[in-house]
Amino acid sequence: MSHRDAGNRMRMRLAGVLLAPGDGLRGWWSERSRVQKWGFGVLAFGALALWPLFPPPFFDTPGISFGGTMAQFAMVAIIAIGLNVVVGQAGLLDLGYVGFYAVGAYTVALLTSPDSPWNRMGLTGAFSEKWAWLTCVPLAMAFTALAGLVLGTPTLRLRGDYLAIVTLGFGEIIRLMADNLSDITNGSRGLNQVAYPHIGQTEKLPDGVFSSGNSGGHANYGTWWFWLGLILMVGILLLVGNLERSRVGRAWVSIREDEDAAEVMGVNTFRFKLWAFVIGASIGGLSGALYAGQVQYVAPPTFNIINSMLFLCAVVLGGQGNKLGVIFGAFIVVYLPNRLLGVHVMGVNLGDLKYLFFGLALVVLMIFRPQGLFPVRQQLLTYGKSARDLLRHADDSKAAA
Amino acid sequence: MHGRATRSAIAASSAVLVVLGIAGCSQQSAPGENSAQSDLKIVEQVQIDQNGEPVKAEGGLTPADPAGDGKANCPPLSIAMAGALTGPDAALGINIKNGVQLAVDKHNAANPGCQVQLKTFDTEGDPQKATQIAPQIVDDAFTIGLVGPAFSGETKATGGVFDQAGLVAATASATNVTLSEQGWKTFFRGLANDGVQGPSVANYMKNSLDAKKVCVVDDSTDYGLGLAQAVRETLGPIADPACNISVKKGDKDFSAAVTQVKGHSPDAVFYSGYYAEAAPFVQQLRDGGVTATFVTGDGVKDPEFVKQAGASSKDALLSCPCGPATKEFADEYTQKFGEEPGTYSTEGYDLGTIMMKGIDSGAITRPALLDFFRNYQGQGVARKYQWTDTGELTTTLIWMYKVQ
Amino acid sequence: MVHDCLGSTACLAANIGFDLDGFRNGFWQLTIDGLAWGSIYALVAVGYTLVFGVLRLINFAHSEIFMLGMFGAYFCLDMILGFVPSGNAYDKGVLLTVFYLGIAMVFAMLVSGSAAVGLEAVAYRPLRKRGAKPLTFLITAIGVSFVLQEFVHFILPQIIKGYGGSNAQQPIMLVRPKTQFHVFDATVSNITLVIVAAALLLAVLTDVAINRTKFGRGIRAVAQDPITATLMGVSRERIIMVTFLIGGMLAGAAALLYTLRVPQGIIYSGGFLLGIKAFTAAVLGGIGNLRGALLGGLLLGIMENYGQVVFGTQWRDVVAFVLLVLVLLIRPTGILGESLGKARV
Repeated sequence: MSHRDAGNRMRMRLAGVLLAPGDGLRGWWSERSRVQKWGFGVLAFGALALWPLFPPPFFDTPGISFGGTMAQFAMVAIIAIGLNVVVGQAGLLDLGYVGFYAVGAYTVALLTSPDSPWNRMGLTGAFSEKWAWLTCVPLAMAFTALAGLVLGTPTLRLRGDYLAIVTLGFGEIIRLMADNLSDITNGSRGLNQVAYPHIGQTEKLPDGVFSSGNSGGHANYGTWWFWLGLILMVGILLLVGNLERSRVGRAWVSIREDEDAAEVMGVNTFRFKLWAFVIGASIGGLSGALYAGQVQYVAPPTFNIINSMLFLCAVVLGGQGNKLGVIFGAFIVVYLPNRLLGVHVMGVNLGDLKYLFFGLALVVLMIFRPQGLFPVRQQLLTYGKSARDLLRHADDSKAAA
Repeated sequence: MHGRATRSAIAASSAVLVVLGIAGCSQQSAPGENSAQSDLKIVEQVQIDQNGEPVKAEGGLTPADPAGDGKANCPPLSIAMAGALTGPDAALGINIKNGVQLAVDKHNAANPGCQVQLKTFDTEGDPQKATQIAPQIVDDAFTIGLVGPAFSGETKATGGVFDQAGLVAATASATNVTLSEQGWKTFFRGLANDGVQGPSVANYMKNSLDAKKVCVVDDSTDYGLGLAQAVRETLGPIADPACNISVKKGDKDFSAAVTQVKGHSPDAVFYSGYYAEAAPFVQQLRDGGVTATFVTGDGVKDPEFVKQAGASSKDALLSCPCGPATKEFADEYTQKFGEEPGTYSTEGYDLGTIMMKGIDSGAITRPALLDFFRNYQGQGVARKYQWTDTGELTTTLIWMYKVQ
Repeated sequence: MVHDCLGSTACLAANIGFDLDGFRNGFWQLTIDGLAWGSIYALVAVGYTLVFGVLRLINFAHSEIFMLGMFGAYFCLDMILGFVPSGNAYDKGVLLTVFYLGIAMVFAMLVSGSAAVGLEAVAYRPLRKRGAKPLTFLITAIGVSFVLQEFVHFILPQIIKGYGGSNAQQPIMLVRPKTQFHVFDATVSNITLVIVAAALLLAVLTDVAINRTKFGRGIRAVAQDPITATLMGVSRERIIMVTFLIGGMLAGAAALLYTLRVPQGIIYSGGFLLGIKAFTAAVLGGIGNLRGALLGGLLLGIMENYGQVVFGTQWRDVVAFVLLVLVLLIRPTGILGESLGKARV
């Protein structure tokens, strides 16, 4: 008995150590003071922002633009933060999140594409070429929040798996409506020439740094969209972080842990669940607006169930409930398949097998580290760190007295 | 008590199986004899113009050979191919890639002084991926030409990138009419668009087939919808508006559509989509007792269609902007890749050949190759290639094929 | 091209045809075809519902079990029985055809059943042993789904030449659809008969197995209260294995029936949409309820067919999902309600 047990325990510990840099990192992070956290955050984001300009050789993606990959990473990271609010913090299993992504992207496209019957583009004013995308972003967030409200109100009475199924159904319904109502959305032919921000116009780049014309070098338009995404990500993180530390966040935690007990303790669970849904939805809509501007072409096939699953994977891999962890999860989900594109090993194109490896990675990770790479540790006390410091410095001499 | 019920159920089933087994063994016959191995092939019939009138095909023109004269000299260069190499539409992208690969390999084998590399990029058929791939292609200074992107969605998302970079982007398969209307100087379409194929085949149905009522079925994709709309417009009242059916790509069951078609008894059914759906559709039509002529477009013209539909595909008519693949090309392709050339393989080969010819003639920079394409005029395996200012082909002749 | 579509209701009406005449004319044919499809959905739905009832887990990889069953049936017909794929139908006489189909079905059931048991052992049991949350199971199921699909897509062609890959398998059609008799103005073909009869037989057998056998009692016990069941001497691990086995075998049978109906459907991605529809059917009838899965499957098949004709064929999937959402909102436990876990006399 002892040999096998000892062997097992050692294997578990090894697996734990290998897969748990997150625990050490998280422990270290929670010991930092606010000022230190901000300092490290600024440095980290700065380094991240500079990365596409100087990609290190092993990390570079040969088959696909690194800047473009990072831009997609930023969009998926924002989605992951939004989905984290719904799944990780409030504990609502949402399998149709891609529907909100679609609503956000289609809002921008319907308002600005020449193929759309609701096109609002004009020569001057809020919808001029220069400002149209910027005007559309809050509109996209608002409409998606409305969609979240409409979807959430009848469905949030359901629990657990049933909610998952209903959201799955809704996600598909949104995509199929976009595909079938071709008089409005142009169906499968999609909406082309969606507006994007025209900034940094020069002679060489008459349409600005965000246009697809900016394709040369490392500071291509992918990189610029990545920087815009980073800025928005920071804003969203601040917002979500504030919510986390407030009454709303604590209500979410209580709903996630035990909804009945929360209801008994006076938490209006339905209202807070709806808030989680709406906030999560609007963040998803923001990412959709980014997508529409970057690709400048919105069509239904992008918003399928597989992408919904991939977003969920990003949240679970990173550590559900941990808003910084899910960013890392999003990075893995976006970066790994792209890294394998165009890599040939022994005559086999690894890019073909990328989803095979991804699936294997998911299974292995879920078996050995189901809580994700950076699991969340709940900070329920408002001045938790100072309280812990105080307690730690209280020594036994006082207790004895 | 319950166990007995189960036991008798099992006993009964085994008895039935045993009886069938004995019955079966006593009628043993070799499985091969009744299979009626399909000898059906897609055979060219006639070349038609926009009015559906037959046009005499110019015979005996030899397609351009990428090997050239074997004496070409050039610095190390590459051309790129972008398309869906993985994912649900991988079959079409791989067809194009193989075609280009064949042209490049033939060229390299014959010209030791000029080795051109083919760089392939997988877009998964996703426009966002395509926008991430486009900068990669454009950034590579050695790449002076691109065959692709394969689908209209990807082309819409990336056409501007190639235009601004001055890189020739010749697509072997994107048929959306609006692509050439975007003002891109680098866009070249290697096949006729829906606006040409649609009216041609519609007029053919009207005139040569004498169809008085046609059911037009599309598969809700960009390509299928575009072609179907062009056909519906040209057919006018002949396309029965009550029989306007839209199925979805990926569907395998068409029973409702078949019932609808049966209810309207058309003279012909036009299916606008790809072979993966056309094969079960035509089979279910025939099984459902619909005897109308089955007409379809170039997305179905692939040996897989006949393989999967079997006898049901007999007498189906296919239109294609592509000319019949010469036997030589088909043999070379089959030898190299182990399968017959499929949809768009010929276009990939021809576009690759034109690029090789350009490089051989000294066009080793992007502007030079762009110029070469602008002024090119020559015969390929599928058709004659010459382009207008907007990148459309000047020849707008469509071939009609029949499965026989 | 701007459409004057600012009155959105007018636009909606233009895109959603409302063809009640077509519906009335084709009513019986649609119903009969719907029954055939519904039978296939029902058999696959049982797999989802049993696993959910016993483990409270949505087994998203079940659609790949179905897909493997399709390849298993094909392999049996192709390699073991020696039929040549050709796209044309064989014609061997009723008894012989049924015999060969029976063999292929048994083989497909074996393949799917073992795949399901293997899936449980490799992917789910380690998670269960660690007490993982439902979301973890979901993610693992997604991972396994990816692995199986891509395996068939890229690796199978290297192992067995001509199998897998991006195109569907060339069909082996053992039987040509032939009209057997008429019901009002609708035709019933031999394939429809075989599908409905086989599905009915299997459904009855499964129902008997769940409700009258020792293992069935064990399944119901574990579904109702796993801990007490263990105290009562029911081996939980064995029951879970049997549950997956039954679900897998039924999926294999459904796979063979599907290839009868759609011979060109044997492709690596062929399980996905069917899996979602079957799952919808299971929820419709009452997830966790065996008879509910059967009823839900039949109902979904019929409703989908009706919806296709009334609203337009492109709305078929929307009909399925709208039905799902409506049922969940109005009656979340499904039409027949959850009952695997409830004691039934």
